[in-house]
Amino acid sequence: MTGLLFENIRIFDPATGQVAPGRLLVRDGLIVGRDSAGAEGKPEDVDIIDGDGGILSPGLVDMRVAIGEPGFEYRETIASCARAAAAGGVTTIAVLPNSRPAIDEPSLVRLLRTRGDETGIVSILPYGALTKGCDGEEMAEIAMLREAGAVAFTDGNRAIADTKRMRLLLSYAHGVDAMVVQHPEDPSLARGGCASAGALATRLGLPQIPAAAEAILIARDIRLAEMTGARLHFGHVSTAEGLELIRHAKARGLKITCDTAPPYFALNEQEITDFRTYAKLSPPLRSETDRVAVCAALADGTIDAVASDHTPWDADDKRLPFAQAAAGGTGLATLLSVTLERVHAGDIPLERALHLLTDGPARLLGLSGDRLATGASADLCLFDPDLVWTVTSGQLPGRAQNTPFDGRLLRGAVIGTWKNGARVFERSPS
Amino acid sequence: MADAAASHGRHLLGLAGMTAAEITPFLDLAASYALLSRSRTAPRDALRGRTLINLFFEDSTRTRTSFELAGKRLGADVINMTVATSSVNKGETLLDTAATLNAMRCDLLVVRHAQSGAPALLSRKVEACVVNAGDGMHEHPTQALLDALTIRRHAGKLDGLTVAICGDVGHSRVARSNIHLLTAMGSKVRVIGPPTLVSGAIASLGNVEVFHSMEDGLRDVDVVMTLRLQRERMGAGLVPSAREFFRFYGLDRRRLALAKPDALVMHPGPMNRGVEIASDVADSVQSVIQEQVEMGVAVRMAVLDRLSRLRVPA
Repeated sequence: MTGLLFENIRIFDPATGQVAPGRLLVRDGLIVGRDSAGAEGKPEDVDIIDGDGGILSPGLVDMRVAIGEPGFEYRETIASCARAAAAGGVTTIAVLPNSRPAIDEPSLVRLLRTRGDETGIVSILPYGALTKGCDGEEMAEIAMLREAGAVAFTDGNRAIADTKRMRLLLSYAHGVDAMVVQHPEDPSLARGGCASAGALATRLGLPQIPAAAEAILIARDIRLAEMTGARLHFGHVSTAEGLELIRHAKARGLKITCDTAPPYFALNEQEITDFRTYAKLSPPLRSETDRVAVCAALADGTIDAVASDHTPWDADDKRLPFAQAAAGGTGLATLLSVTLERVHAGDIPLERALHLLTDGPARLLGLSGDRLATGASADLCLFDPDLVWTVTSGQLPGRAQNTPFDGRLLRGAVIGTWKNGARVFERSPS
Repeated sequence: MADAAASHGRHLLGLAGMTAAEITPFLDLAASYALLSRSRTAPRDALRGRTLINLFFEDSTRTRTSFELAGKRLGADVINMTVATSSVNKGETLLDTAATLNAMRCDLLVVRHAQSGAPALLSRKVEACVVNAGDGMHEHPTQALLDALTIRRHAGKLDGLTVAICGDVGHSRVARSNIHLLTAMGSKVRVIGPPTLVSGAIASLGNVEVFHSMEDGLRDVDVVMTLRLQRERMGAGLVPSAREFFRFYGLDRRRLALAKPDALVMHPGPMNRGVEIASDVADSVQSVIQEQVEMGVAVRMAVLDRLSRLRVPA
C-alpha cells in the first residue's frame, strides 16, 4: 500500500500541546514518523499531500453524538452520521444510548462498535445505558456493558431524577471504575419548559426552564460523587452558575469533569426570537452572560472537552410550533469551525481549542494518549483555520439538516479527513 | 424594535415593539366602526369578495363570534373552521393546514392556537393576512386593542393613566398584549398577583411594576383589569384553592374602593364570579365588561379592514 507524506503543514501534537511546522509519514494506516519543517527528501513509494500551510491534527473525538440508528433511521443512519463526521474532521464518536432499543444490552454495544468499523469512516464508541431503557428506574448491567465495550454510562438526554437512585448508580459505577455522564437539568424544574426563563421567553409566552435547573442538579450530583468517590462527567454544561460549581469541585480534587457544545459559546437565547425551532435545544440557549461564562470556562480549564451534541431531527420534527418542536441540533459538520470562532475572537489559543476537540475527550473516554505517536492509527484532520464558508441547511453532509447555525459565516474549514490512513473526506473547491 | 414575529407587515401577530404611532390608527378606525355599528350603517363593501377563515384550534365562542360578526359587517365571506387538536395529533400538522388554506385562496386568516408562535409559523407559509386571535401564553393583540379603545372612550386618553392587571398574569396572553400596548401608549402598568402567577420577569416586558398585594397595587389606579383564573392552576400547585385566591386576590368592593372613585373595571371574559371578581363588582356601574365585548367587534372590523388593504391580491 502506498504511503502518504503530509508536508507544507503545521502539526498539532496533543502530547506537547504545540502547533509546529513539520512533515508526517503514514504507511499501512499507521503513523510511522515525523520530522521537522524544512526536512527534505521523499521516502519511496509515497503520495505527497500538500497541506498548503494548513494544520494537521489527530482526528477529532466527539464525545456527545446522538444517531438515529437503531430505531430512528428516518432522522439519521450510522452511514449518514459518518459522512457528517468526516466532513467535520471527526474520526471517533461516542454515541448516546437513547436509541430504540436503548443501548442496555452487551450485544448492542458490540453491534454499534462493529457497525462503526464497517463504515471505514468513523469509530463508534457506545455509551451504555445507565438504567434499563434509559428510563431512570432500574440499574442497567453496567459491568457487562463495560466488558462489551461501553466507554461510559449515561441515560443520554435524560437526567437521573431520583437522588437515592443516582447515589446507588454512582456507587456501583465507581466499583467497576466506570465514568457516569449526567444531563445536568433538574427534570421537575424543566418539565414542560422549552426556553430559558427570562425576559425573552416571557415576551414570547413560552414555557420556561430556569437556568438554575442546571446548577441545582450539578450541586446535588457533585455532593453524591463526593459521597461515592465516583467519576462524574456533566454533558453540555451551559450556565455560569453550573460551571462555577464544577470549578470549585475540581479545585477540591473531586473527579468531576464536563463538556460543553458549540451552541452554548456561540449563540445565546436571542436566536429563538421569531420562534425559530432550529434554535430549540436541550438545554435551551442561555443568556449572553452565560455564553460569556462558557467562553471563560473554555479558557481556564473548567471545561474538559467540546462535544458537538449532534442531535439529528427530520424537518417535520422541527416544522411545528416552538414548544411542540423537537429539541436539538446537528453539530458534527460545524464542530471545528464554530470552535475556531473562539480562537479568532481571542478567547482561547488555537492549541487549547484543539486540545478540547482531541486529547481532552479522548482521555475522558479512555483512549490511548499519544495519538500522533509512531504506530498510532492514522486518524487525521487537516484544516485551514482561515477559510471562510457559510453554513447552509439543506447542503450539510449527512441526512439531518437541523443546524442552529444556519446562515452563519464561519472562518475555518476542514480540508481533508483520514481514517486509518484512508481519505474519507475531501473538501470540494469552492 | 418589534418582534420579528409581530411585524410581518400584512399580519397582526402581536403588539410587542409596536409604537403609539402604529397602534393609534387601529384605535381611530375602530372608534369610527364602533359608531357605525351602533347606527347599523357599517359599510358592507369594505371586504366584499374577500374570504375570511376563522381557524380555531382552541374553543372560543366569544372571540370567534366577534371576528365572524366583524367580517360579515364588512361584507366578507366568513368560514368557521374549528380544528380539533386530536386531528392534528393524528398527523395533520399545522403546515398541512396551511397548504390546504392556501389552496382555498382565502384572504384573511384568523388563528387561535394553544401554542405560542403558531400563528407566526402559519404566517410564513400562507398568502393570506394572518390575525393572531390568541396563541398560547404569547399574545392576544385584538383583545388589548379593544381594551385600549374601551379605556380611551371613558378616559379620553391612554397616556398618563395607571392600569392594574390582576390575577394570572404569568400565563396570560391578554396581559402580555396589554402590557405592550399600554406602555407604548404612555400608560403606567401595575401587575398584581401571587408570585406563582406574577413573576419578576413580567417587569421585563416594559415599564411594569409588580405587586403581590392587591391593597398596595390597586391604590389610586384608573383602571382595574382582572384576568380569568384557570382551574388547572390549582391542580398545578400554583394556587391552593379558588377560595383562598378570592380571599386575597379577588376584586371585591373593598379593594375596588382603593382605586380612584371612577376607576374602570374590566375583564376579558369569561368570568369566574367569586374567584377573580365579585359579582357585585362585575355588575357595578364601574364595570365596562359588556362594552369591551362591543368594542371587540369594532376593533376586529378595523384590523380586518386595515390588513386587507395591505394584502396584494394573488
